[in-house]
This record gives sequence, C-alpha cells and structure tokens, in this order.
Amino acid sequence: VADRLQIVLAGTEERGLTSYGEYAAVGGWKALAKARAMEPDAVIEELLASGLRGRGGAGFPMGRKASFIPKPGVRINPAYLVINADESEPGTFKDREVMQKVPHRLLEGALITAHAIESQHVFIYIRGEYLAEFETLRAALEEVRAHDLLGGVTIVLHRGAGAYICGEETALLESLEGKRGQPRSKPPFPAISGLYASPTEVNNVETIATVAPIIAMGGAEYAKLGVENSSGTRVFSLSGNVVRGGNYELPMGTSLRELIYDLGGGIADGRELKAVIPGGSSVPVLTPDQIDATLDFDSMAEHGTMLGSGAVIAIDDRCCMVQLGLRVAQFYRHESCGKCTPCREGTRWMVQILRSIEEGRAGQGDLDLLLDVCDRILGKCLCPLGDAAAMPVASYVSRFRAEFQRHIDEGACPYGDASSLARVLAPADQHAPRAAEVPA
Amino acid sequence: VSALHDEIRAVASQYPDPRSAILPALRLAQEQHDGWLPPEALREVGEALDLTPAYCKAVASFYDLFRLEPVGEHVVEVCTNVSCALLGAQRTLEAFEAELGIHCGETTADGKVTLRAVECYGGCGWGPVVSVDERYREPVGADDVPAIVEELRRG
Repeated sequence: VADRLQIVLAGTEERGLTSYGEYAAVGGWKALAKARAMEPDAVIEELLASGLRGRGGAGFPMGRKASFIPKPGVRINPAYLVINADESEPGTFKDREVMQKVPHRLLEGALITAHAIESQHVFIYIRGEYLAEFETLRAALEEVRAHDLLGGVTIVLHRGAGAYICGEETALLESLEGKRGQPRSKPPFPAISGLYASPTEVNNVETIATVAPIIAMGGAEYAKLGVENSSGTRVFSLSGNVVRGGNYELPMGTSLRELIYDLGGGIADGRELKAVIPGGSSVPVLTPDQIDATLDFDSMAEHGTMLGSGAVIAIDDRCCMVQLGLRVAQFYRHESCGKCTPCREGTRWMVQILRSIEEGRAGQGDLDLLLDVCDRILGKCLCPLGDAAAMPVASYVSRFRAEFQRHIDEGACPYGDASSLARVLAPADQHAPRAAEVPA
Repeated sequence: VSALHDEIRAVASQYPDPRSAILPALRLAQEQHDGWLPPEALREVGEALDLTPAYCKAVASFYDLFRLEPVGEHVVEVCTNVSCALLGAQRTLEAFEAELGIHCGETTADGKVTLRAVECYGGCGWGPVVSVDERYREPVGADDVPAIVEELRRG
C-alpha cells in the first residue's frame, strides 16, 4: 500500500504539498517550463499520446477536446479554459483532496493547458461549500503570482453557490455568466461556443492535475500505466460501510475487491457486502458476485455500469434497496433544474412511487410503472441529470426485484426501522427555515 | 455609494462581463446582511451590477447557499446523502434536533442556531459530515453533538 504508484497525488504520502516550496521540492513546476518551450500543438500531441480521459465522469479524451479549440488565427473571440471544481456527485470527494493536497499541481496543469490551447484566461469554478479548498487554492495562486509563473495568463477562482447541476459543463458556463445554472442545448459544444459564446475548454480538476505529470514523463510513458482504453491512475473515493473510507489513487484496472477489501479494510462491523455503487450515485449498481470487476471504462461498461466520477460506495446488508432508491431519487429531484419536463416531472414521480413502495402503499403494477417512468426520462433531456436519477433506480429494481416485490406483497418494508437508511430526512423535506422574529 | 458597492465592482472587474460576478456579489451581500438576502441586499447587488432586483432574486433562488429568509447566528448543516446516511447521519441529525429543541430546518427561539439537512457535501469517506458555519467537521456521530451545541451556545 505504502509504495503504490501515485501520479496526481504523488509526494503527498506524508502530508500535502500546499506551498510552492514543497511542490518544487518534489520536482514541481518543471513541466510548465518544458511545456512552454514546446509548440502548443506538441503539448496537445503529448496529451493525445497519453490517452488521458476526462476524470469528471464522461471520460472524453482530453487531448481530443483540446484539439477542438480553434486556433488563434481562426477564432474571433478569445479562448477560455474553465476548470470544473464543482464536485458534487454523491460519493465523490477526490477533487477536494487534489485541491487540498496538490493545489500547485492543479495550477501548473492549468497553465500548461492554457498554453496548449493558446488561452490567456482561466476560470476555476469551485463548489461554494468547499471553503477550505478555496482558501488553499487562493494561497497557492498568490504564490504562483509571486513567483511570476503566470506568463500573462489570468486565473480567476470563482465560487459556486450550491447547485449540483453546475457540475454539468454547460450549466456551469451559464452559472459563470451570472445566470441560473440551467444546461444548454448541444451542439454547439463549448469548444466552439462556450463561455461568452467563445471557444472554451472545460476540464475536471483531476484531469488538469494529471497534465503536468504527463508532460514531465511524456505521453507515451503515461499511456503504459493502467489498462487499454483507460490509461493512467485514478483517484478513487471510497465510502459507505467500509473500514477505511478515503481517497485512493490506483492504476486504472484495479479491481473493486482490491479497493474495498485490501485498501479499504473490507466491510465494517462484521457485516456482509450487499451492493456496490462504482462511480457515484448516478450509475447502475453492482452486486457482490461482481466484486472482481476492474475499475476501468471498458470493464465497467461490460458489467452494465459506468466508472463515472470514480466514487465507490460499498453498501452492507442492513440497507433496504427501496430506501436507497428513494434517497437517490430525492437527491436528483432536488437538483433537477426544471428545464426539461421528463427530468423535472419524472424525478418527482420516481420519489412518489418509491415512497409508496417503501411505505407499503404500492400496488402490483407500481414496479413496472416506476421502470416506465425511468424509461421516459432516459435519453430524453438536454443534460444527463435525468439519466443520473433513472439509471441507478432502474438498476436497483432489476437487480433487487424480489426485495421491491416483498414491500408490495407484505404491505410494509421488510427491514422496518432496522435498515441503515430508515427515516433518513432528505433536505427537500425539511421545514422551511424560520427565524424566531419572523411573524407567523 | 456603499462599501459593498465598491467591493462588488472590484470583483466584477475580474470578468469580461460584470454579470458574471453575481454569485460572488450575492455572497458578499449575504455576509453583510446577517447571513441572508433581504430585499435591500438584492437591490444593492442589482445596482452594483446593473441588474434588476428581480433578476438577482431569480438567480439567488436557484442556489442552495443563498438564503431568502433570516437565519440564525450559527448555521449547522448535516449531510444526509447516501454515504453519510449509511454511517448514521440521521442519528446525528436527530441528536442536533434534540439538543437544540427544534426541527431540522428551523432556528432556535433565541436566534442562535439554524439546523439544516443538506445534500452531499463531499466528505463521504469520513462521514457523517457536518458543516458548522461553513467549516466541515468529519465525522460527527450523535455522541459528538452535545459538545458542538454547547460550543455554539457559548460562542
């Protein structure tokens, strides 16, 4: 465990590399000088050769994305680099660790990427709740400025204000333009018309924090790490009913078993594993018989799910799957921006049906009705938020159908109050905030 | 022209379009209005950015961190999303309710503490996550709650 290969979090085995000096001491800031001595296209070639795929969830090859940005002679407007630090997929806390522990590696990657797309303007959109991470990043940015590394590039740290949907790239751009964060119709894609209708490269924090190591070691070397179609390492966020939750940077292709049992210490409290969410709460669930599935894009697809944000949630046998579905649906209903009808209305129906199943009020046709509602959301919205609600819930029904059926047949939750998710209050259901002095 | 106006203009100068500064502007306004956005705060933001108060309210109401109702001096937020819930977030939340004598979503009668349940705060591996006045505490079990409430009552 101690000598495992780290790229993004390299050098943080003892503690974070928050200062310029600490980062420089492990060879930091050399890749920027190397990249700036290269032609921008040569930098993009290295990224293409590395096989680096986006770490935010969609997994799009980063080098290709960068190559879509029109060149200075062709474009009319300036090009922007926007770094998506609006990490909010339930179960995911890796970008937070990257910003806390290696803020300089993120900033170095930002400046290299800006050079690659010949941009002078970088925005880092950081989720509003991440106050400590914002402060760490701001301090690091001050040091970068003091060391005169910006080279004419401006980096603006822009704090979000609490909206999951702003992790979706076009909603993020709307929000950054000072609007409600509602996704745009694509095409046009941000590379052509993004921020202020200008060419915009949008990348996740972990993706950008991988750029400097790639330039340092060379794209071809990086491509040797991991497995086919999934090069390199990934910072996996492990949570749920495990002994040692936390972030673990591992080569792509590591098995769920190694992550959960060897590194995470296995299932806590002597319980049995019941289900695994492998890529954040929006992806289809896996069952214990799939524990040897490997964490890479192709393997997850073969198992009917997705690598998503790399957030692995282990769920033990105390959890009622109907309650899990209800809690997941409540989240996406709360976060639906309301723009597309299937998502806005469908997530509401999902919550209602799941609640009636959980409370033993559902009829025999309601499981199929639930699957039908999911099907009427899937692929029918501008952005993936609706899918993010429908896919996991549909998978809980298909993988644990007997448990759902028991709720209906018995007219009650078989777990009663013994489920680990019993009576969990979703924020949407809490009383409206009231202060004592507000008249009734 | 108020200090807030100048602060907002300074932030807005970082962006090609001043409207981009609306989130930081609303945040500044909220900080200066006891943690929420009364109508005058929305007017001030609007004036500084050349936007209508209605536009500012439309944006503010979209984002969970902006509050359009008064809040307590301290805000305690308990994540009840899946990972934290699997580790007992509901027991933590109920311990706060019992200790504070209010329901989740309410503010104590003395105006000291507002208690809220929130969606995933990104501390899943160290849950249950509780945020006290924007600072994370991880993990917070039900047993840890009395000491936190005592600290807030004193502070």
